Amino acid sequence: MYKYFLRLLASVLLLLGFSMSANAEFKVGFVYVGPTGDHGWTYQHDEGRKAVEAAGIKTTYVESVPEGADAERVIRQLAKSGHDLIFTTSFGYMDPTNKVAKDFPNVKFEHATGYKREHSNVSTYSARFYEGRTLLGHMAGKMTKTNVIGYIASFPIPEVIRGINAMTLAAQKVNPNIKTKIVWVFTWYDPGKESEAAQALIDQGADIIMQHTDSTAPVQVAEKAGVWSFGQASDMQRFAPKSILTSIIDDWAPYYVERSIAARDGTWKQQDTWHGLKEGMVAMAPYNSAMGSGLVKEVEKLQKDLASGKAHSFTGPIYDQKGNLLVAEGKVADDGMLAGMSVYVKGVEGDIPK
Amino acid sequence: MIKIERRDETSNLIYFLTPVLAIFLTLVAGAIIFYLLGFKPLEALKFFFITPISDLYGLSELLVKATPLCLIAIGLSFCFKSNNWNIGAEGQLTFGGIVGGGVALLFYNHEGFYVLPLIILAGAIGGMIFAMIPAILKIYFNTNEILVSLMLVYVSKLLLDYLVVGPWSNPEGFNFPETRQFSDTARLPILFEGLRIHAGIFIALVSVFLAWVVLFKTYLGFQIKVSGLSLKTAKYAGFKGKTMILLVFMVSGACAGLAGVGEITGPIGQLHRMISPEYGFTAIIVAFLGRLNPIGIVFASLIVALTYLGAETAQIFLQVPKYTGQVFQGMILFFLLASDFLLFFRIKFLRFKKYEY
Repeated sequence: MYKYFLRLLASVLLLLGFSMSANAEFKVGFVYVGPTGDHGWTYQHDEGRKAVEAAGIKTTYVESVPEGADAERVIRQLAKSGHDLIFTTSFGYMDPTNKVAKDFPNVKFEHATGYKREHSNVSTYSARFYEGRTLLGHMAGKMTKTNVIGYIASFPIPEVIRGINAMTLAAQKVNPNIKTKIVWVFTWYDPGKESEAAQALIDQGADIIMQHTDSTAPVQVAEKAGVWSFGQASDMQRFAPKSILTSIIDDWAPYYVERSIAARDGTWKQQDTWHGLKEGMVAMAPYNSAMGSGLVKEVEKLQKDLASGKAHSFTGPIYDQKGNLLVAEGKVADDGMLAGMSVYVKGVEGDIPK
Repeated sequence: MIKIERRDETSNLIYFLTPVLAIFLTLVAGAIIFYLLGFKPLEALKFFFITPISDLYGLSELLVKATPLCLIAIGLSFCFKSNNWNIGAEGQLTFGGIVGGGVALLFYNHEGFYVLPLIILAGAIGGMIFAMIPAILKIYFNTNEILVSLMLVYVSKLLLDYLVVGPWSNPEGFNFPETRQFSDTARLPILFEGLRIHAGIFIALVSVFLAWVVLFKTYLGFQIKVSGLSLKTAKYAGFKGKTMILLVFMVSGACAGLAGVGEITGPIGQLHRMISPEYGFTAIIVAFLGRLNPIGIVFASLIVALTYLGAETAQIFLQVPKYTGQVFQGMILFFLLASDFLLFFRIKFLRFKKYEY
């Protein structure tokens, strides 16, 4: 009887062990702020997730998670249900991510675009989108007839201001007369507001429209009005085939695959990643041939130089709106300055909303 | 042959059974939808309605989610019962959050037991004042309260946007659209270590009790109900219609304001642009699902809260699209309104008469 009991116990334990190891399959979770079909920010993150899946790692995602009280629950649910690595892909998830990370020291967390890494299992990552903006600025400066560049901006955070400045500096270099007009829409995704902003800019004489928001509405307005535009986050060419000169593409796939494999193989370490054209986290969609092969070649060369480090988006001398020197001649802005950028450079119209 | 005839009086039993019927029909329709989407219906329903609340953490989350819905719906029931269509609870919630949050920021790093009560009071008053706008306009200018209260939602949301981007934004926060984290004295206490359920639930329970007392045990409650059934009768009986309009809007606004301040001092802990995932609108469903009855609203808020949690777990475990949660909320309301048909009409099955030639 006693032996029988022992044998039973052993087999139960064995079964338990088996089922536990079956549960322990390596899984990666993703938390999205928008729907996967937004053709912008979330869409690109989901493309990255698909690449992880294609690399043979199981993934899960939860879409349209509001950045309020719900985010913490979703992140915790993912951690609890056996996900080993969790990507939280919006700035508003910063505090919830760190909070959950504290309670799940064995789960790894990766937070996009944030700056808090309160626990050793939290990494942050973002892309040097401003390098793409430099290329847009070069094209815009060459293509504009009215010398007015319309810019639809979301929130006055360093990332957005950096983009405005990088674009303006590059445009000034090829066309000293350009002006950058900005409309702040205070949203990342609102097709209605974005198209109104695009129309307002066109009415003010802008013949180039670019956006730091995620919907395809601005490029569609530009197409209708017959002005040039640039796509954001994903290749938006098919939404405005004539108008779009190129799109800045966020390519998260290589990073997601690399980090997922590292976490699976136990080589994952906390880090703060800021990749650009060089690593391919920022990529450019095919250039519109309407801008002429000469300009395309110029831009391609600039793209190569930015990637290799031969050129830098923020090369001195750079002045702010009041004429104060920000970066001296021959110097480039360091990452600390870029990360906290909160003033416009000379040539941008208006004030940063306060 | 089926014959539909009007009931002489509505049946009380059916009145409280139709919400149950509506939920049952929603489950059946949900199962069919899951089947058509290629999921196993029963498994999907299990992940949707059982898995989210199968542990303590889940139950606590359910209550965290249900608390604001219940509070707002209780307030709305006062309005709806007296034929005042306050659609702008979301705006009153936001404004309550703004005022309460403003006080919280004012007392940043302030010790003292009075800080939290002050914030909560400020939130309630904020919501109340914001709800008085459509009420006063209705009383003195005969405006449509549906439109006014709805449009004010956008006003308060834009005001919140402005504040968190500009004057109230965290000075160390790199211009990101959010305020500082409130200090601990400004936060609702957590009831259990490791869970998010907070003292806000007591505010909701007390308001449920008060609502029940007022609606069923006071002359005021009687007045509210009579005006809801027939405005003419209310006037004939000499009830002060204008005062009552103002009063029900104030109650409703205060409840929504409390919900807002409960969110920011509870699970969120700061002001930012997303303090409510449209609780103010969802609470309208809750109010009607609960038959505008305080006890009914408690159950309704739990059920609707569950559809939120269910949509998340169903997506995590089965990758069911997240929007099924909203589909379920819509279906519950649809089936409830549809089965209200049974309240007023009765279906009779008659035998075919044989015609003789």
